[in-house]
Amino acid sequence: MEAVLFAITAVLGIAGGVGVIAARQPVHSALGLLLALLSLAVDYLLLDAQFVAVLQVIVYAGAIVVLFVFIIMLLRATGDAPRARTAVPPAAASVLGAVLAAALLTAALTVRTGPGGVGAEYGTVQQVGRALFGPYALPFEAASIVLVVGMIGAVALGKRAQVIAVARTHAAPGVRAPAPDAPAGRVAAGGAGERER
Amino acid sequence: MAWRDLGAASPELVLTVAAFVVLLYDAWMTGPSLESPRSGGAGWLALAGVALALLLNAFPPTAPVAFAGMYVRDRLTQAVTLAALLGTGITVLLSPAYLNRFRLPAGEYYALVLFSAVGAILMGAARNLVVLFLGLEILSFPLYTLAALATRSRRSQEAGLKYLLLGAFGTAFFVYGVALVYGAAGTLDLSRLAGVPLTPLLGVGVALLTIGLGFEAALVPFHAWAPDVYEGAPLPATAFMSVIAKVGAFAGFLRVFPLALPAAAAQWSAALVAVAVVTMIWGNLAALFQTNLKRLLAYSSIAHAGYMLIGIAAPGPAGTLGVLYYLVVYAVMNLGAFGVLILLERRGEEADEIADLAGLWGRAPWAAGVLALCMVSLAGLPPTGGFIAKLYLFRAALQGGHTTLALVAVLTSVVSVYYYLRVAAAALSGTAPDAVAPRRSATVGIALALAGAGVLWFGILPSTLTAFVQQAVQALR
Repeated sequence: MEAVLFAITAVLGIAGGVGVIAARQPVHSALGLLLALLSLAVDYLLLDAQFVAVLQVIVYAGAIVVLFVFIIMLLRATGDAPRARTAVPPAAASVLGAVLAAALLTAALTVRTGPGGVGAEYGTVQQVGRALFGPYALPFEAASIVLVVGMIGAVALGKRAQVIAVARTHAAPGVRAPAPDAPAGRVAAGGAGERER
Repeated sequence: MAWRDLGAASPELVLTVAAFVVLLYDAWMTGPSLESPRSGGAGWLALAGVALALLLNAFPPTAPVAFAGMYVRDRLTQAVTLAALLGTGITVLLSPAYLNRFRLPAGEYYALVLFSAVGAILMGAARNLVVLFLGLEILSFPLYTLAALATRSRRSQEAGLKYLLLGAFGTAFFVYGVALVYGAAGTLDLSRLAGVPLTPLLGVGVALLTIGLGFEAALVPFHAWAPDVYEGAPLPATAFMSVIAKVGAFAGFLRVFPLALPAAAAQWSAALVAVAVVTMIWGNLAALFQTNLKRLLAYSSIAHAGYMLIGIAAPGPAGTLGVLYYLVVYAVMNLGAFGVLILLERRGEEADEIADLAGLWGRAPWAAGVLALCMVSLAGLPPTGGFIAKLYLFRAALQGGHTTLALVAVLTSVVSVYYYLRVAAAALSGTAPDAVAPRRSATVGIALALAGAGVLWFGILPSTLTAFVQQAVQALR
């Protein structure tokens, strides 16, 4: 039973992964990602990691894919990317990819697998919580720094783009462009006005 | 987690807190407007954080292993921290003039620089592959943003995007490697990897880890991003990433190869020797034909990554000592070279062509002198730190029986003398072009004086640093 379930989720997961990179429409890529993430959630269940499976559905399949879809919608991204480039990969890339695939396959085939012994409490919320705030406290905190840095980066790049957009509207024909050294407050005030309109 | 654990990680904690203080200070000073204030307060706060971390780094903790065996602050960590903090401190001193001139957001800039340093130090302190991976991420996320920080410049945007995409690609290899190593060994603890038999699965996992670290260190054939990113990123960001990424990546190499997998040295050593040879040859030959200084220094940094890999590929105390010594010297001499470029301006843009340096001796003799000194050091000629650093590495290669490696290293060093001295000669002769103007900045002056003094000090009196690094190596055996 478990083997059959695993075979189904494995095929679906790989199909989803291929769909992410092969789809022309960004929305289709997002849906492929959703398929891959949901298949992984079932895999976690098969591994007795119930809590991680639930988190996978709520956080990844739920929040993150929804976020992707929102961004695609707001940017009105369509699949207008140039097509010719992706048809045939360069020879070197194919060879290297084949070497990597062969290495991974040989490594995978040499592995002897067997049932692992886990306790009845394995994968419960308590166990995950104890691991997270016990031995894994440092990685937990370090991961939060990664997230903070990501936010700072997004704000730093996004904020500047807005200021420039405002500066450009000031520089439109008929409107006197602000001098490069104009006080920052004026530009920002203009920005607030722009947004209200 | 106990107070003792936090005490062991005090330099990282101080830097993290300093980054938040810088951000909050900047937000407070900025107020409702969107532009950063022009005062240098954020820079001084960042510098104070780096100085405090340097001070704390001088005292070894009572219990080096902390956080349930995830983290270790031994002598090697201290040496890596020293290199990272020297690079960060000099970068913070180099930046204010440039940030003001090009109106980059100072608060975010300094905060990201400090976070990146935290990542590099964490990689040096990693005793577990999860921590090593998170350190790599904390190191590289800020660098992606820093590369794209000049949002008015298309080149900078392109650099940030390229770095992000290729960096994510490299990271994917690293994570896959971590997963395979866990599958083969059943543990992520680096101190327990040594007893694991070498299976094909472990071998492939370690190879993928190497690819991830190779991207970060810009080793050939994972170097393709480096020249474009270095050229497009804002100058101080280029200077910083050229140093901090190397510190983090080679700290990771040291933690994974000589320390965690000494038994399988024969296998990975041969592969790393090949990568080192290709990297040294490619980096130095490509640098010969560059006219843009940022691209030239990018290829030079690729070549130096090849030299540093010698110390990993020739395992043993001599190699580890060579890498640690090289990291410290490289941080100082590379930042000195970039610092002089930060002083120059060509019609409101960066002056980054070799021709722009002409006649610098007549206008700013001190800056030209420091540039020439750093170029001599990068070329590896006495009496500079670069000479001693290369000497240690080449000696390690010979002691390890890698004669070809040492031969290639010496020959490529001779080639590199040509392009480094071409830059030095351009700065020391010729007439200055009208378009290029050297700026004056007290903080850059201090940074250049520090870099110049460091290059000479490590070259003439290497024993001080050697003693410190040797303790690091002896403690590991």
